[in-house]
Amino acid sequence: MDAIILQLLNGLDKGSAYALIALGLTLIFGTLGVVNFAHGALFMIGAFCAVALQRILGTSFVTEDPTQKDFLGNPLKVQTPYLESWFGPETGSAIIDWSVPLAILLAIPVMVAIGFIMERGLIKHFYKRPHADQILVTFGLAIVLQELIRSYFGANPIQSPAPEAFKGSFDFGVMLGFDPNVIIYPYWRMVYFAFSAVIIGAVFAFLQFTTFGMVVRAGMADRETVGLLGINIDKRFTFMFGLAAAVAGVAGVMYAPINSPNYHMGMDFLVLSFVVVVVGGMGSLPGAVAAGFLLGILESFASMNVVKNLLPGIDQIIIYLVAIVILLARPRGLLGKKGVMED
Amino acid sequence: MTKSNFTRRGMLKTGAIAGAGVALPTIFTASSARAYTNEPTGGTVTLGFNVPQTGPYAEEGLDELRAQELAVQHLNGEGDSGMMNTFSSKALKGNGILGKKVQFVTGDTQTKSDAARASAKSMIEKDGAVMINGGSSSGVAVAVQGLCQEAGVIFMAGLTHSNDTTGKDKKANGFRHFFNAYMSGAALAPVLAKEYGNDRRAYHLTADYTWGWTQQESIQAATEAMGWETVNNVLTPLASTDFSSYIAPVLNSGADVLVLNHYGGNMVNSLTNAVQFGLRDKMVNGKQFEIVVPLYSELMAAGAGANVQGVFGSMNWNWQLQDEGSKAFVKSFGEKYGRPPSNSAQTCYAQVMLYADACERAGTFDPCGVAAALEGFEFDGLGNGPTLYRADDHQCFKDVLVMKGKENPTNEYDTLEIVEVTPRAQVEYAPDHPMFAGGDLGKCNSGA
Amino acid sequence: MLGLNRKDTTLLIIVAILALAAPVIFNIFPADSKMAFFNSGYPDLMQRFVIFGIFAIGFNILFGLTGYLSFGHAAFLGVGSYAAVWMFKLLNYNIVPAILLSIIVAGLFSVVIGWISLRRSGIYFSILTLAFAEMSFRLAYSVLTPLTNGETGLQVYNDDPQILLGNGPTVPHLFGLEMRSRAVVDVGPWEFTFPVGYYLCAILMLLSFYLSIRIFRSPFGMMLRAIKSNQTRMSYTGLNPKPYTLAAFVISGMYAGLAGGLLAAMDPLAGAERMQWTASGEVVIMAILGGAGTLIGPILGAGAIKYLENVFSKMNETLLESWFAFLPHWLQETLVWVISKFTGEGWHLTLGALFMLVIIFLPGGLVEGGQKIAARLRRKKPADDTDAAKTKPAE
Repeated sequence: MDAIILQLLNGLDKGSAYALIALGLTLIFGTLGVVNFAHGALFMIGAFCAVALQRILGTSFVTEDPTQKDFLGNPLKVQTPYLESWFGPETGSAIIDWSVPLAILLAIPVMVAIGFIMERGLIKHFYKRPHADQILVTFGLAIVLQELIRSYFGANPIQSPAPEAFKGSFDFGVMLGFDPNVIIYPYWRMVYFAFSAVIIGAVFAFLQFTTFGMVVRAGMADRETVGLLGINIDKRFTFMFGLAAAVAGVAGVMYAPINSPNYHMGMDFLVLSFVVVVVGGMGSLPGAVAAGFLLGILESFASMNVVKNLLPGIDQIIIYLVAIVILLARPRGLLGKKGVMED
Repeated sequence: MTKSNFTRRGMLKTGAIAGAGVALPTIFTASSARAYTNEPTGGTVTLGFNVPQTGPYAEEGLDELRAQELAVQHLNGEGDSGMMNTFSSKALKGNGILGKKVQFVTGDTQTKSDAARASAKSMIEKDGAVMINGGSSSGVAVAVQGLCQEAGVIFMAGLTHSNDTTGKDKKANGFRHFFNAYMSGAALAPVLAKEYGNDRRAYHLTADYTWGWTQQESIQAATEAMGWETVNNVLTPLASTDFSSYIAPVLNSGADVLVLNHYGGNMVNSLTNAVQFGLRDKMVNGKQFEIVVPLYSELMAAGAGANVQGVFGSMNWNWQLQDEGSKAFVKSFGEKYGRPPSNSAQTCYAQVMLYADACERAGTFDPCGVAAALEGFEFDGLGNGPTLYRADDHQCFKDVLVMKGKENPTNEYDTLEIVEVTPRAQVEYAPDHPMFAGGDLGKCNSGA
Repeated sequence: MLGLNRKDTTLLIIVAILALAAPVIFNIFPADSKMAFFNSGYPDLMQRFVIFGIFAIGFNILFGLTGYLSFGHAAFLGVGSYAAVWMFKLLNYNIVPAILLSIIVAGLFSVVIGWISLRRSGIYFSILTLAFAEMSFRLAYSVLTPLTNGETGLQVYNDDPQILLGNGPTVPHLFGLEMRSRAVVDVGPWEFTFPVGYYLCAILMLLSFYLSIRIFRSPFGMMLRAIKSNQTRMSYTGLNPKPYTLAAFVISGMYAGLAGGLLAAMDPLAGAERMQWTASGEVVIMAILGGAGTLIGPILGAGAIKYLENVFSKMNETLLESWFAFLPHWLQETLVWVISKFTGEGWHLTLGALFMLVIIFLPGGLVEGGQKIAARLRRKKPADDTDAAKTKPAE
């Protein structure tokens, strides 16, 4: 029982990352009809916004400390962040400590700008092209983006820790009447889950309850008719691309403390997030979110020792196995619409 | 059609003279063309540096490449000669190898056995490399080693830690300077027992591929010999990025030590996840919960940041060593690149030196001559103390470092500290040790 | 000739000449000149050109004709390689049983995967094939290690049974003719290598190419095109498209198996990465880069990708410095700095940027580029009726 609750928590957390990425992918696909293979790269750039802000806040001046030596035997160059010298060591390091949450403020404008540039500069020309071309050109873009990040930040993962206040884990088990240390869960992952719930809720509310969202939804259903009504749907769709990029970006920022960002993390998520979107049903936002959580939870259950002993290697393939079963049982995924991406 | 294996550039000169502008086809057979694969006939000799330049180990590969370029400079008499001055063998003169200027070609293994073999073949068939050096994964090392055996060139294996490289997959043309999983276990276990006691219960998370398995097997055997108990060993998929679902059940398993048999990005992520779960703040069985990472690398330690603090592991070499060879190498590497070398860089540098020295001592580039010169070779001054290249399996035997994540790093390179230099005698094993059994060196192949 | 019309015969002859003269064409630069770096006429790379050519030709029969975008074709290449190496391990190094088995195994594998995946179309089909291939890759890498030797790749050991080996060669051979043997011909400063293995692959590639022309021109090929243009209409006329697509899927799977078997025959090691999704993506890129739906496009695409991968990944800074040594120091440094971002460890960047440029400006791939150039040379509009170079990109 305790093990199941534990993996359920794990699954919810994994699922929230999958759901956030799939949500952005579906926003782009549903509105613009474009299959964006660069979406993983946007997630990665988001994570590197956290790294970048950490570097910016940590910008230091160098003083030489003759009492210590560096590896070549020269006086050690001690780096003191400007923030620490301006605000005093306490406040300064506290600000740097909070660089990951603060990076959301940086990531939103950056990602929206990247989204706008991508849509206006590249994707726009591919609306009428075959899906295979869209996939390839965005795949090429993904490679270019990740290589640019690499040529600046290097190939090594870069640690970007959560604020000190969120270190460690919370003992759920004690709350539920189990022994201590049976069901524990890291604070930051709880933050991530709550954060993704808020973002998903906000996106749905935006589409459901605002006029803008209503028009976009109408455009998703029937782009031409909405255009004929004299509404400039293109502009709104560009905005949606920016929004999707921002969702991917903030998902990346908050993910940075969970796993150290590296330049190919986007590719690691790419295939997976596609499977999630397709299992959910192309173009269905609730489907994407549901599939994200479903696959996250199933993946966690598959990695339980009991299951692994029964079916060796099941945790390696569970996602794909589930995808096959669902697609065979439900031709268009969980909540997909007929005729979308079927030709 | 005549048979001539892997022959190339050597007959250029002859061809050019014989042809002298006239189209005059000359067909060579293996015996008439040259004595062995890629026998250098001009004033230069070409070495092939095959390292991962893309993918998860790219940073490791680039550091290996830096070290190898530095080694070539030193061999050619440029720069400050680095470890050539401290090397116990004095055969190298700084005028290249056997009087030929050293050139090199590079390639990208992509950490895939297929790509690595394609890249090595390109070096052998197109560029006429007489030796392949480098790499950052055991699967790739074994694959390329097999290729070099078939092609008749010497392979010096870079960073490969699996027992198999000089165990069941050993080859007569392949040599390994790096240490292996067995040695990690033998060096680490006594230190762990001293620090954490003899009655610990260990939980292993193991990367689900060959290196992970041999590493886990070695550590389990070594720790159990100290009285530890192994609670569980869970295999994790290579493609995992989030290890939470494997780490969450650890605390409730009755284990009080977590051993992470992961390397590279896997290790960075699993260690980060384990620290996130607060494992190291917990008390289990009345003891402080501990994490062990058997194979450390500076680059991965940097990637894991503060999470490595206080975590034990092992290494082949570290730039903080204070012997003359290490100091000389760190100085010339640091002055050229502005950073201390990683342990895989040191291995690749040392292997270029060892290869060149063996050529000088053998008086030939013939792989069989070079192999004979390397077999049973005893040397010192390359940074690991007195070292033996054992003839039985082409494995180097030398001191092993037990490392610990530094609690208060003073700069970005200062992530690990040396806890103990385990003497060579403690990590030696018989060539027919069960963990290394089943292999067959075969005969050296010169490609003739 | 051979049941082909004149245009196709010309195309086949051109490809044949190119393939048979490749050792000369790809070694166009004298061996000791600086340009020799750009030569690619050495056995391993030439073999890769034609083997991946076969793979891409086969992929194109499915994708170019029916429009079904498989994202898991590398799985068939992988099982083909494993089958071939197992034959080496069990029987002997003769490549005939190895290649036959690799085609058969890949065929069977593709019947199963195709039968299931073709129940869906569009992206749902793509994801199903992707899922099967990723599962194969992951299992081959870990749980199936006894069958695949995991990470290292399946290879032949001295203590393998090899029941038919006797005193036969211990390298892959065709009834005694060793694949790695080669003749080297020096002509003045040039040096040409004529490898046996390459010619075997080239002949099989020409056969595959011929077969693919015949399929493209056959009623069966017409049927496949009909499926691509409008499957619904086809069903309404009372035709069941499924057997046709499945046949195309299996044929292309067998092509992939042949390619996999040949890879193993040229180099007896089968790595699991051959089945990874990136490998499946590579063949998609090859087909589209060359020109999907055209006959010659996939071969061009395969050659271009393998060549660029080889050349750009091997360019290191030392080499660049030596090339630009004649320039003033500051200019040399700047140039090397800029170019080094795109070469060596940065070769992915070049490849990524190149895909984008081709897809954006040449939707029909290299074939369209060639036509545009030809048209410009002839100063008239591109001939749009050449079937061999149909530029309509596939979906």
